[in-house]
Amino acid sequence: MPHDHSHDDPHALLPSDPALRVKALETLLTRKGLIDLAALDEIIDTYENRIGPRNGARVVARAWLDPAFRAALLEDATKVVSDLGFYGRQGEHMVAVENTETQHNIVVCTLCSCYPWPLLGIPPGWYKSDAYRARVVREPRKVLADFGVTLPSETAVRVWDSTAEVRYLVIPQRPAGTEGMDEEALMTLISRDSMIGTALASAP
Amino acid sequence: MSRVHDMGGRYGDGTITPEPEDEVFHTDWHARALAVTLAAGSLGKWNIDVSRHARECLAPTDYARFSYYEKWISGLANLLVETGVVTREELSGQADPAPSPLADKKLTADQVAGVLAKGGPADRPSNTAPQFEVGDVVVTRKIAANTLVDGGHTRLPTYAAGARGRILRLHGTHVLPDSSAHRLGDAAEPLYAVVFPASELWSHPEHPHDEVVLDLWQSYLEPEA
Repeated sequence: MPHDHSHDDPHALLPSDPALRVKALETLLTRKGLIDLAALDEIIDTYENRIGPRNGARVVARAWLDPAFRAALLEDATKVVSDLGFYGRQGEHMVAVENTETQHNIVVCTLCSCYPWPLLGIPPGWYKSDAYRARVVREPRKVLADFGVTLPSETAVRVWDSTAEVRYLVIPQRPAGTEGMDEEALMTLISRDSMIGTALASAP
Repeated sequence: MSRVHDMGGRYGDGTITPEPEDEVFHTDWHARALAVTLAAGSLGKWNIDVSRHARECLAPTDYARFSYYEKWISGLANLLVETGVVTREELSGQADPAPSPLADKKLTADQVAGVLAKGGPADRPSNTAPQFEVGDVVVTRKIAANTLVDGGHTRLPTYAAGARGRILRLHGTHVLPDSSAHRLGDAAEPLYAVVFPASELWSHPEHPHDEVVLDLWQSYLEPEA
């Protein structure tokens, strides 16, 4: 139940330095038999080295190359990305949204920092920052300017605030001059930020 | 719960600094904080809504001064004590840690891949039939408050309270966080993507055709009057 908190909060019993706070909890839980240090290493290795934005880039590149894949992705992204093995925690319900000449999509979670982990990995620091969460719903074009992006005036912005367990993947526009490029080559043009909507796909 | 976490539309937070894609964790302790939180969550003593609520219940002064992963660790410490998994005395170092009866639920390294891959889907069957169709005009609750628990968790941001929007998509029926965060059951109900003109939300929208979409539960919505 909600209640008024104060410095009687249990977390205030931890050391003030954040690195020591984590260490204290880790040590306590280990000594109580509740966490396994090898499991922590496995989780960190997974998100540092195995699950990251290259998963999303593969999905986008394939959508650029294959109209049937693109149509299926826009219809039921959860099924399509699951079939590729990109399913799991914080990606249980996926929706893909496509940028066009007239609409640019951007994703945020103003209430915490919800993000499609299986496709993009752990969110970047700025995605979790107060400034991004506060500003992008109200002034998306000024936020885009912070990333060096200017949209033409005929392009409307649609900001997706991830208030539930549905996670959004932006399919950026395919740049001109990429005809004939294969999936691996196209993937190099697709940044993490372009799949959040704070960047465009790079020109070749 | 204060609304300190509910910052959509707030002024004064400054510029945003992009960062390279290969920088997953800024420091080692960020990575440890994430891993400890996920490992403790797998003990099964709370759900995702309870853990979000625990972070939102941090005192506003703490929420505002803590970095992202400090919020996680502090919310986790509070949850561990609230659920009896650890005692205050153990947390403060005044008592030696006692072996836990939950130890057989400990996440092991060989289980990590399976647990992360399984995830925790939020869709559930519901007896509540969808009240709206794509294209219907709806109005959100005038006040962004939990109607089940005074001061409780909700996922309607204040900036979208009392606003008029249009049903864009039905996501099926999902666990209601307003109930789930307080251990009152899943209470699944229809969940919609609702699109709002920016001009409905902000007094000075940047562009006349800009929009904001939120995922909102049926009980957050009323038909257009």
